[in-house]
Amino acid sequence: MSTYFQGIIILAGINLIAVLGLSLLTGFTGSFCFGQAGFLAVGAYVSTLMTMKLNMPFLISLSTGMMATGLISILLGYPTLKLKGDYFAIATLGFSEAIRLVIENLDKVTGGARGIPGIPTRTTLPLVILMAIIATVCIRFYVVSRHGRNCIAVREDETAAQSIGINTFRYKQISFFINGMLAGLAGGLLAHYVGFIQPSMFSIIKSTELIVMVIFGGMHSVTGATLAAVVLTALPEVLRTAAAWRLVAYGAVVVFIMVVRPEGLLGSWELSWTSLRVLWLSSSSRLRLLRKR
Amino acid sequence: MENAILNIINLTKHFGGVRAVDNFSLSLSEGSIQAVIGPNGAGKTTIFNLITGLYKPTAGEIFFTSQKIDNIDTFKIAEMGIARTFQNIRLFPEFSVLDNVRTACHLRANYSILEGLMPTPRRIQQEKQLKEFAMGLLRLVKLDSRADDNASSLPYGHRRRLEIARAIAIEPRLLLLDEPAAGMNPDETQKLMEFIAEIHKKFNLTILLIEHHMEVVMGLADHITVIDFGKTIANGTPDEIQSNPVVIAAYLGVGD
Repeated sequence: MSTYFQGIIILAGINLIAVLGLSLLTGFTGSFCFGQAGFLAVGAYVSTLMTMKLNMPFLISLSTGMMATGLISILLGYPTLKLKGDYFAIATLGFSEAIRLVIENLDKVTGGARGIPGIPTRTTLPLVILMAIIATVCIRFYVVSRHGRNCIAVREDETAAQSIGINTFRYKQISFFINGMLAGLAGGLLAHYVGFIQPSMFSIIKSTELIVMVIFGGMHSVTGATLAAVVLTALPEVLRTAAAWRLVAYGAVVVFIMVVRPEGLLGSWELSWTSLRVLWLSSSSRLRLLRKR
Repeated sequence: MENAILNIINLTKHFGGVRAVDNFSLSLSEGSIQAVIGPNGAGKTTIFNLITGLYKPTAGEIFFTSQKIDNIDTFKIAEMGIARTFQNIRLFPEFSVLDNVRTACHLRANYSILEGLMPTPRRIQQEKQLKEFAMGLLRLVKLDSRADDNASSLPYGHRRRLEIARAIAIEPRLLLLDEPAAGMNPDETQKLMEFIAEIHKKFNLTILLIEHHMEVVMGLADHITVIDFGKTIANGTPDEIQSNPVVIAAYLGVGD
């Protein structure tokens, strides 16, 4: 396999890991997060510094990055998760920009705006695929567990959720924590794949890209988020022949989907044996009807 | 009262200058059905919101069994055994009928967050029990045939019944019903009354009811409290209330 093609798969896998957390937090729990890039940055910088300054083995750096990002999510969650809807989105946006500026100004540790070059490239294709599969499967199981149902209940009607004994704050916190861990993992993998990080990689553009994937694939579907992360990472590459116009095409595709299917590509459809059987039965009965005509 | 399950003492709630609830007291004995009635805007729903912790009282105390609950989070009050329905039906619209009830059963399972990420035997076992329990409740409210339908696709009367089933799913000792018969025709109302009487008996519930349909109140309640402008204006059995001149004046206005 060419390294170019491998690279696309690795980037898709990394995006997928970050998108899964966002899908759980924004799609299933209903807390709109507009600062995913900030969490990626924390994971990327913490793991990179562990590798470069402390000479830690890759997997330890990676898990430290995850832990640090999870911890920051919990600390940030205390004041912000009580905020309603848009206010939470603004708070995460503010956090993300603040993180970026802190990194830019901590010149001595982080290399400031110039970034950190020469990170050992330890992220391999099998590792990314393995991590992405584990993350997808875990989140898919989580959303159909009693905890996942509680998250969706919080999204659907917070007051009603409380009235049946759901600690809504705690469930938002857990989703925020899981999202942080996954974003931290994605950031660490990204840093050790590209081999170079700088603050401008983690701007609002990155946050937007990731949230667009969640909305594009279907806010209430893990399958949709997975599909969108892969398709939307590959799309600009496939369109590379169109040079400068490829990003316009990318935007056009997103706008088109939002207009014709505002609930996202898959809405709340999930891949499972039951859903496949339903799909098969309905399509075969439709075929039979067509033949009769 | 000796065997009171709920005791409300001098409860007061002000919103700015509005006295929504003013020095309201109520004692609810275990196993009874009590009704709170009063004209629109009298503060009935505010009382429910105070009991369930959605609002914090300006003054006064609320005791559930012997515990003081007026400063406790809503979800903890639900865990303690107070369930409620809402005046304007608050289901989880995107959930199936089954999931609306199954979600409310979450306290019957105790598998951890970590087990939520993978299918362990304990999780599978507990999820199976949750589903069976929820289906049992759906059979009781005669919605089992629509278990997989979207909750928002149900007709109005069914949504009411589903909301009551969801409230019972937390296995409460006290059930607060906020205008369960609102918007129902006489036939549906009659069925609802029978249904409430049935679940009252079957689950050993104590019920506190807000209602405008007088036939529901008179047919179900052992005891009625009438409030107007946040104040209690009358208290007694259905017969006493029906002949109370103060109540008639509040509802119909005073003639010459």
